[in-house]
Amino acid sequence: MSWTWFHKWGSPKWFYALAGRLQPWLALAAALLLAVGVVWGLAFAPPDYQQGNSFRIIYIHVPAAMLAQSCYVLMALAGVVSLVWKMKVADIAIHCAAPVGASMTALALLTGAIWGKPTWGAWWVWDARLTSMLILLFLYAGVIALGNAIGNRDSAGKACAVLSIVGVVNIPIIKYSVQWWSTLHQGATFSLTEKPAMPAEMWLPLLFTVLGFYCLFGAVLLARMRLALLQREARSGWAQAAVRQALGGGLAP
Amino acid sequence: MSVLAELLKREVRLLCRRPGELLNPLVFFAIVVALFPLALGAQPQLLQAVAPGLVWVAALLAVLLSLEGLFRSDFEDGSLEQMVLSPQPLALLMLAKVLVHWLFSGLALVLLAPLLGVMLGLPLVCLPVLLASLLLGTPVLSLLGAIGAALTVGLKRGGLLLALLVLPLYIPVLILGSGALQAALQGLPSGGYLLWLASLAALALALAPLAIAAGLRISVAE
Repeated sequence: MSWTWFHKWGSPKWFYALAGRLQPWLALAAALLLAVGVVWGLAFAPPDYQQGNSFRIIYIHVPAAMLAQSCYVLMALAGVVSLVWKMKVADIAIHCAAPVGASMTALALLTGAIWGKPTWGAWWVWDARLTSMLILLFLYAGVIALGNAIGNRDSAGKACAVLSIVGVVNIPIIKYSVQWWSTLHQGATFSLTEKPAMPAEMWLPLLFTVLGFYCLFGAVLLARMRLALLQREARSGWAQAAVRQALGGGLAP
Repeated sequence: MSVLAELLKREVRLLCRRPGELLNPLVFFAIVVALFPLALGAQPQLLQAVAPGLVWVAALLAVLLSLEGLFRSDFEDGSLEQMVLSPQPLALLMLAKVLVHWLFSGLALVLLAPLLGVMLGLPLVCLPVLLASLLLGTPVLSLLGAIGAALTVGLKRGGLLLALLVLPLYIPVLILGSGALQAALQGLPSGGYLLWLASLAALALALAPLAIAAGLRISVAE
């Protein structure tokens, strides 16, 4: 089997071009999917028989929470690639994905709190899911802080790779221990897991917004990575050519 | 094997020559525990109810504090580079180093804990569980903290960053450790918690040295 397709990913120039081709399509798909999903979910889906209209926040909350978790797994995978194959692109992916993942976690916590106030009567309860999302936010904060603290970009990337792998090994342990803790400390808690089976008019918009969030994440990540690639490769010919082209080609070399 | 023995001897000698570094975390542990009765009030029932969590949080912070300097002096005088360059597996050397550090600081912490537990009003029957949970939990804390210490050793202000990196990873140990003590306090069996702590310790013993070695390679290469 030929591995050239894989080794291409190690080339910042090739990745920059690929990301440039993919990004508009992802952005377009995100805009369409989100527009359909949000309008359908917020305006046309039937209200819940118990929660009324306040349930509609799941069209933002659930995609954000799913993305928050997948983003950390993506960072750990990129960490493995970075440590095993020493690819710069993977380092950059971790560096660029961490703030996006952290903001998604914060969004999930925030929308959860807004939903929790009318439904549970409290902005925050120490429920297992909420607590493990909060810990996930702390894990993201650790990766971001470590990346900012180390001056040398290459070692910062590798250190973040190690940290995200350690984090991903710990996430299941944290999740189960927190679940155990919450069943121990407060008996029956409010649970989202035993949802009533949703009718299709309710979950189809959710599917749209989930896919839309993933496309949006892809587009934002690629845009951030292209910028970071240009900054890191500022001395190489292709990066200078790309910047000149983006500026309209009017500048003298 | 002889390298390992030499490394152990060296670590023991170094630690014995700087007794302050061993004593400070213990004093810190005692002070943190003493702060809580002053802040919460001295009602015995209240103190007994919060004692499991309190002893564990204080122990966790003390271990974290003691780890900040784990690799620093070796990093500054260059012996860490020699260890990285040596033909022996770095993960094994670092496991030995962390274990020696735990034998001196972690074990002292474990031995001090029953005294503080009694001062907080823990009944005597709970003390074996306290000892066992700390005995199983503090090595995990040391090993996980050493990963953070390895990643931050070259940085100027690594202390706060170390706490930020490592404290989220400490949460399972905290939950299981204080859970064991809480169960013992309520007269419930605590064996399940202790077994979980033991399996976490086995996992950390097996995996953490690899992460410590990877972290040190990155920090030394910088």
